[in-house]
Amino acid sequence: MTRPSKISVRGLRKSFGRKVVLDGLDFDIDVGESVVVIGGSGSGKSVLAKCILGLMQPDAGTIAIDGEEVTRLSSGERERVMRKFGMLFQSAALFDSLPVWENVAFGLIQGHGAGRAEAKETAIEKLASVGLGPDVGELRPSELSGGMQKRVALARAICHEPEIIIFDEPTTGLDPIMSDVINDLIVACVQKLGASAMSITHDMASARKIANRIAMIYRGRIIWSGTTAEIDSSGNEFVEQFIHGRAEGPIKMEVRAT
Amino acid sequence: MEPLQRLLASIGAVALRVLAAAGRMGLFTVAAISHCVRPPIYFRLVLRQLVDIGYYSLPVVGLTALFTGMVLALQTYTGFSSFAAESAVPSVVLLSVTRELGPVIAGLMVAGRIGAAIAAELGTMRVTDQIDALTTLSTNPFKYLVVPRLVAGTIAMPLLVLIADIIGVFGGFLVGSYRLRFNPAAYVQRTVDYMQTNDVVAGVVKAAVFGFVIALMGCYFGYNSRGGAQGVGAATTYAVVSASILILLLDYALTALLFVGR
Repeated sequence: MTRPSKISVRGLRKSFGRKVVLDGLDFDIDVGESVVVIGGSGSGKSVLAKCILGLMQPDAGTIAIDGEEVTRLSSGERERVMRKFGMLFQSAALFDSLPVWENVAFGLIQGHGAGRAEAKETAIEKLASVGLGPDVGELRPSELSGGMQKRVALARAICHEPEIIIFDEPTTGLDPIMSDVINDLIVACVQKLGASAMSITHDMASARKIANRIAMIYRGRIIWSGTTAEIDSSGNEFVEQFIHGRAEGPIKMEVRAT
Repeated sequence: MEPLQRLLASIGAVALRVLAAAGRMGLFTVAAISHCVRPPIYFRLVLRQLVDIGYYSLPVVGLTALFTGMVLALQTYTGFSSFAAESAVPSVVLLSVTRELGPVIAGLMVAGRIGAAIAAELGTMRVTDQIDALTTLSTNPFKYLVVPRLVAGTIAMPLLVLIADIIGVFGGFLVGSYRLRFNPAAYVQRTVDYMQTNDVVAGVVKAAVFGFVIALMGCYFGYNSRGGAQGVGAATTYAVVSASILILLLDYALTALLFVGR
């Protein structure tokens, strides 16, 4: 490994009651790398992202951001580390009490103490970079379509120019064309910022487009990891089954909650 | 398992759940209060909540206070006239409204109006990931959501209750002078004679505690709601019910402390 790790996860464990979701997971993202984590529903992808973001406390294991252990930080320290992050939520999670521009500028105003006028200018700029005009900035999030909400959420995630961006199922619920638009925007934004990116998806078209590297998670562990080009010749029967979307294979979907 | 054993086990399970919930609520309260006294405080948001909790509750609190005072005068009159003690009506209305009914009725109305609104808003923000989104934007949800509501609730309720006191006593005066044929000047004189700073202050202290409790219950149940629309609905119900019960419990405790203890 030539580049230093941006995120380094070691031996991460998390259970909910008797259900083990993360089972000693090891995972790395290098500086400037875009990693896509694929895996079936309930395989622990979202929990991994939430643990990295500190939204969930893991039961055991370490998470280092730029070499700094972050799982036991105080809330003040946590806020400092969070400034390195941008997050695009699956549900967009826009603040419906605020107009669109204030949503985009939120991190600048609250997290970084920027002035409102200055932050609004930056927000309009970022909205333009995801293909939305300044008039959209004055609307409420509830007035936007799903695709537009995702774009606003993307603008919000990149507005404070984070070093690490996490995308949680960025294309879920969008039509194929809008999915591709979002994928292009993600690639462009990540490249422009020079950020490291972690994306969670089960949309293979999206994964191929966004990723430098793809990692597959199954039963709380990373079972395969390789470059995007390698995924079609992985020789791993789990990966094969997943990317071809076959119901038969080594992966048994848990139809019943355990 | 034996039936008796099963019964004991289920009682134990309930007891454990209650204790765990009380513990979680206690921790939440401590965390919320500790954020109240540490900067940054979002004054803009406190102000907005003051308008929501205080100003917009005025009509409903005013109306209930008015009718409470009116019905109180009427009931006291019908009861007391059988002892030829009608002259006590103004003082009974004054004492009941300032000491008890002002804070409690306003508290219950605000619990219904504001406790529910807070729980529904925070609950929806929780289930749509907006609270997590705050965290990812380097904003502490306690400071941004919980503290402004707690501070505004604690400030707004005493002000509301002062206004409710005035309107309630005025309601008694209206019924007394127009329906019960009291001499208006004498009614006002008796009211002023019996007015004591301690009573009003005690009512206001109660109101501050109730305001805090209402906002706290709304925030606690909203913040911790789970499971979509149904979860938000449940959170709203819990917030209103527990705030109402706590208001009545605390009212007794505060009365024992503020009036009997002296």
